[in-house]
Amino acid sequence: MSLKIIKAGVLDTIQDLGRYGNQQLGINPGGAMDKVAMQTANALVGNDLSEAVIELHYPASVFLFSQPALIALSGADFSASINGEPVANLRVIAVNKNNALQFHKPVNGARAYLAVHGGFEIEKWLGSGSTNLKIKAGGFHGRGLSKSDEIPFKYSIDFSVLLNKNEFKVLPWSADTCFPDDSKEVLVLPGNEWDKLTVTSKEIFTSTPFVVTKQSDRMGYRLGNNPLSSVSTEELISSAVDFGTIQLLPDGKLIVLMADHQTTGGYPRIAHVITAHHSRLAQLKTGDGIWFRLTDQLTAEELLLQQNRHLLQLQNACTFRLHQYLQKHGY
Amino acid sequence: MKYPIIPYRIFPLGDSALTIDFGNVIDEDVNKCVFASFHQLQQDPLPGIIELIPAYSSLTVCYDVVTVKKRFHSGKTVFESIKEWVEDKLDQPFSFDETAAVEVKIPVCYAVEFAPDIEQLARTRGLSPEEVIEIHTLKSYKVYMLGFLPGFAYMGEVDERIIMPRKQQPQNILPGSVGIAGKQTGIYPFASPGGWQIIGRTPLKLFDIEKENPTLLKAGQTVQFYSISKNEFENY
Repeated sequence: MSLKIIKAGVLDTIQDLGRYGNQQLGINPGGAMDKVAMQTANALVGNDLSEAVIELHYPASVFLFSQPALIALSGADFSASINGEPVANLRVIAVNKNNALQFHKPVNGARAYLAVHGGFEIEKWLGSGSTNLKIKAGGFHGRGLSKSDEIPFKYSIDFSVLLNKNEFKVLPWSADTCFPDDSKEVLVLPGNEWDKLTVTSKEIFTSTPFVVTKQSDRMGYRLGNNPLSSVSTEELISSAVDFGTIQLLPDGKLIVLMADHQTTGGYPRIAHVITAHHSRLAQLKTGDGIWFRLTDQLTAEELLLQQNRHLLQLQNACTFRLHQYLQKHGY
Repeated sequence: MKYPIIPYRIFPLGDSALTIDFGNVIDEDVNKCVFASFHQLQQDPLPGIIELIPAYSSLTVCYDVVTVKKRFHSGKTVFESIKEWVEDKLDQPFSFDETAAVEVKIPVCYAVEFAPDIEQLARTRGLSPEEVIEIHTLKSYKVYMLGFLPGFAYMGEVDERIIMPRKQQPQNILPGSVGIAGKQTGIYPFASPGGWQIIGRTPLKLFDIEKENPTLLKAGQTVQFYSISKNEFENY
């Protein structure tokens, strides 16, 4: 009852909603980069939304199922196939024993998610299944997945009746993406040092595109931009930063902190990408441009509440469809 | 010690956290205020508050907008609701008994091969490397906060004679490296890019995931460094 890695991808890790409550010790939350996509995959297979999933980067691993399972893919489209036949994201797929799942080309987005009905059997560290690569803890032995790894499922259900004689089966419904936008605009809230930017820098920030450079990873994205400048030279004493915090580096460039961000920092916090738009950030690739637009606290909170409502509706609908379908087929 | 506390300012850190700012300083009394407030906000905590992150002179409150919104139906933003809750909590007189500071002794090998920046620092400050070692081990340091990396302790303040700003370009720093940045001193628990001036290395493990309390150091403790030889380091 497991998933075997036939060929390793560049960076595939187990992630959930993150590890909270330990930042006072310098332990960062981590977790999935695109938490909406991660939760969507869980909703589709009838899991708790917080269940740990596999986060995939392209080129992604090739997986072999050692037994039938219900799976779902979400987030980036890496042109997935099962036994060579294309399969779409946002569907529930009943896979058979010895089915191979692989990914052929990055069509859009940067991070895809693979959820399995029931979840993966992994050891939690400090209450979370997320992989912390820096300290080699959590997830699958604290590291990215590599060849010959076998990730066990929490429990096994025999889906062979469902599959009849078919190799695999895509169940007859799909989820709409929560926010099906590949919009390159992200809303930001002004940071504590926003007012320290020069007038020209504020103008550049809100009216020109910022490009995601190669120096970008799960910790943060360095942006290629015309240098911004601050009117203040006061050095800041380290204090907490968060996912989405946009810091001004000494050379005038910007860095947006992502899931594996450090807990504290001392660079000016000029803005914060609103939580509802973290998924947009998470799906950016090197070379993509983004535009920042200022918003206010109320709008940011409303969008986040909306996103959450949408996820809960999706979860209810998916659970209902899945139960109905499985019942009809004698489960 | 009795609080209420020194004046503070609250600002939003995005839409899911706020920071209580007691002033942009490295100061023992200010830092005590931070930890007193940290302690106070942990009493009878509000559902939806995910965590509290104390730093030198600030305390950050992270919250889940969805959970908090369920409790406060008013037209206010969640930020406003949390802000008022914090102000109310900090308004009440409260006591905070600092546990007696535990002193932790930390062996450091200051040999050049573990201390890529000690010679430059010594030259810049008109000292010999031996003098830098002597000054660094002369006094004990307060652990003001943990942050940046798991188990990374921000300590201070170093003697004026060995103050040295961060490097412009971050270097790759090895685990156990002991560094100086401005008035601060600290130890890298893990390999990481960093800008601190590295003057030695400790054989101690600063962070152990196997332990229930994974960090060797805790905020509020004091640290006394002592010099060990290369041989002692290798056989530690």
